[in-house]
Amino acid sequence: MSSLLNTSRPPVFCPGCSHERITRSLDKAFQNMKLSGGQIAVVTDIGCSGLFDTFFHTHAFHGLHGRALTYAAGIKMAQPGLNVIVTMGDGGLGIGGAHILAACRRNLNLTLLILDNFNFGMTGGQFSATTPSEAHVGSGFLNQLERPMDVCQVAISAGAAYVTRCSGYSKHLTEEIEAAIRFNGFSLIDIWGICPGRYTKQNRLTPQMITEMLSKLPSITGPVANNSRKEYNEHYRELSAGLEPVLPPKKVAVKFRPPEPGRQEVVILGSAGQRIITAGEILCIAGLTAGLRTTQKNDYNITVLRGHSISELILSPEKIGFTGIESSSVIIALSQEGVDRRKGLFGRLDDHALILKPPEINTPMSPAKIHLMDFKSQRIKPKDWALAALSVMAKLNKVIHNDMLRSALGFKFKDNTLASAMDLVERVDIT
Amino acid sequence: MPYALMEGNEAIAWAAAESGCRFFAGYPITPATTIFNSMLKILPPLGGICIQGEDEIASIGYCLGASMAGLKTMTATSGPGISLYSEHISFAIGSEIPIVIVDVQRLGPSTGSATRGADGDIQFLRWGSSGGLPVIVLVPVDVSDCYTLTLHAFNLAEQFRCPVFIASNKEIAMTRENIDIDSLEKPAIIDRTSPPTNHPFLPFEVAADRVVPYFLPIGGDILVRQTSSTHGPDGYITTDYDNIAKNQERLHKKLASGISRFSFHETILAENADTLLLAYGVSARAARDVYRKQKNRNRPVSLLILKTLWPVPDALIRETARKFKRVVVVEMNLGQYVREVQRILPDKSVEFIGQMDGRLINPRQIEEAIYHV
Ligand code: SF4
Repeated sequence: MSSLLNTSRPPVFCPGCSHERITRSLDKAFQNMKLSGGQIAVVTDIGCSGLFDTFFHTHAFHGLHGRALTYAAGIKMAQPGLNVIVTMGDGGLGIGGAHILAACRRNLNLTLLILDNFNFGMTGGQFSATTPSEAHVGSGFLNQLERPMDVCQVAISAGAAYVTRCSGYSKHLTEEIEAAIRFNGFSLIDIWGICPGRYTKQNRLTPQMITEMLSKLPSITGPVANNSRKEYNEHYRELSAGLEPVLPPKKVAVKFRPPEPGRQEVVILGSAGQRIITAGEILCIAGLTAGLRTTQKNDYNITVLRGHSISELILSPEKIGFTGIESSSVIIALSQEGVDRRKGLFGRLDDHALILKPPEINTPMSPAKIHLMDFKSQRIKPKDWALAALSVMAKLNKVIHNDMLRSALGFKFKDNTLASAMDLVERVDIT
Repeated sequence: MPYALMEGNEAIAWAAAESGCRFFAGYPITPATTIFNSMLKILPPLGGICIQGEDEIASIGYCLGASMAGLKTMTATSGPGISLYSEHISFAIGSEIPIVIVDVQRLGPSTGSATRGADGDIQFLRWGSSGGLPVIVLVPVDVSDCYTLTLHAFNLAEQFRCPVFIASNKEIAMTRENIDIDSLEKPAIIDRTSPPTNHPFLPFEVAADRVVPYFLPIGGDILVRQTSSTHGPDGYITTDYDNIAKNQERLHKKLASGISRFSFHETILAENADTLLLAYGVSARAARDVYRKQKNRNRPVSLLILKTLWPVPDALIRETARKFKRVVVVEMNLGQYVREVQRILPDKSVEFIGQMDGRLINPRQIEEAIYHV
């Protein structure tokens, strides 16, 4: 195969920049693999390493600083057959740290070349996540305060299945790059290089010194045995292949007439864990069985098993506008914190309204009728009170009737859950 | 008529699937999480991809990559996430990457109140990205709108190669409501346009009779370049002032040129009304109640409900408002879109009703404000 280098756009790196060597090695690796430009996407980060996409006749994607791995992942998931190569500097490594960790954990078949030259070249030689503390860089004394990170160790800890650290001057650079591309999973090569434009203006660093520095570090080359596992895309397809297609929520057949004409507003005032939202949904479905329009507006805090839980429900023969409660037909008061959260509602009740509550809940004065529900003596558990209250409403023919409620339960639940819900609504005593 | 029961977020997910969306990436955030949950159920069995990003920046980044590789993509978040999306929103605008972005607004600023609604991001969606180029923002009033506007959002994103926002609100997104998907008025599904084969392909070249470049996916036989840098038709950096100016101008005009086709709205006129209520989103529901209640009384009001907020339908607003002495803008914030209305109607009395405490604006408040009772 011939070179994929773009002859009309030759590399424009500073004389002596190791990026130039890496560009040519990458091209060699493509040639050795007999890849055509259409089989490759070069995704580049920001900085001098971000110029790579322009030097090749391949698909190319150049984006924002630190984010190259995110685009690469999207491309690879959409086009699993493509060889996706990401070039990024040590600057992108710092700003995109979360994405590197995610790529290591995910093991999607991408190849990340970190062009590690210990500083931000393009913007003036500021320190990066790999700048030695003793180096003289464009960030004054600030790099003396921070320690450089070992991206290879970090990658291995994060689960990378293939990690190599090597010199940009290595005789085997092409083979290293080729092996990384061939690896079926996420591969990362940390390539140490020299930036004569910035870094070596103030610091001494030669290919020889890089070799010596690397020789003092534990060698990290290729597959990481402990992290060996399935490639993400293949694994994703494998797990999703067995999934049954889902269908949109079914329509509820209209079978009944509602017990009362006109718009009905119901509020369930309770606490998290009392299944308030589910009861609200069942009431809505019951409304749909009688051809009514319905809305369910819920109010709760971000805490999961604590705090108030309130469901505001409207059942109406007409299209529903405002989804808040103006004047309730029924208030189901199941917890004191729920009631306290909506005290204002009670002032707007008229004498047609009905309050359903267990005896121990206090509600503000109002002209509404109060129906006490002594669920404790009926041995109904608090988590079932909301559904039991719907049964009380149905038995009183208020807003819904028994057939509507039973039909809604049949729509919502199946098997054992349905049987016990049916049993519960049957059992509720309203005397 | 039989209905299903669905919340706004579910309706968006189902409509996305119907539009052909096969890639979703998102990061869990109340009140947008149920879009992610729904997409995770819907997409994998369809051969689609649903990814939980490591953060919001990554989530939209995945979408941009997948979109350029040929898939219809969507992401969803709320205020804190939309803030993080910003760098990628401007990328999608400037580099013409189709994507649907759902902002399920919560009460802000900042982390604000995760489980309370607001329409506080309306100006942010328009201006919260570098470069200041226009975007499309659609705003649903109810669950049925969530469905149909999502279909439109994908069509617009594909046609114009741009990000399209659905500015939802916790109060629609997480409110369950009756919906009959079969009876909705749905647009035909539109896909991005491939170039004619008799012409060499340049990724950002615009044919003389078009305002948008043709699309080919990264990964196909023909090489495609994408770049966030200021680029010429070939997708390489350009420093040519004339070229740059021409392209920026086009990015501005390409949406403006289509306004009349996608300024979704409802106009409900009452006879003898001297006041026009202008509302959008969940507040339009309260406004509609006011219209209904007052239409047979002695001071009826007319109603303009906007479902496309950006680009601003200047002509529509000017034309609709012409016969009215007074225009009252209702929105769930402390005054954002009213600025546009005031700009368009400098000679009219433009009043404002707003609220930002997590509660819905109710019909009584609107009546009190317009009748000064
Ligand atoms: S600034 Fe440094 S990294 Fe950039 S091209 Fe010059 S030598 Fe290479």
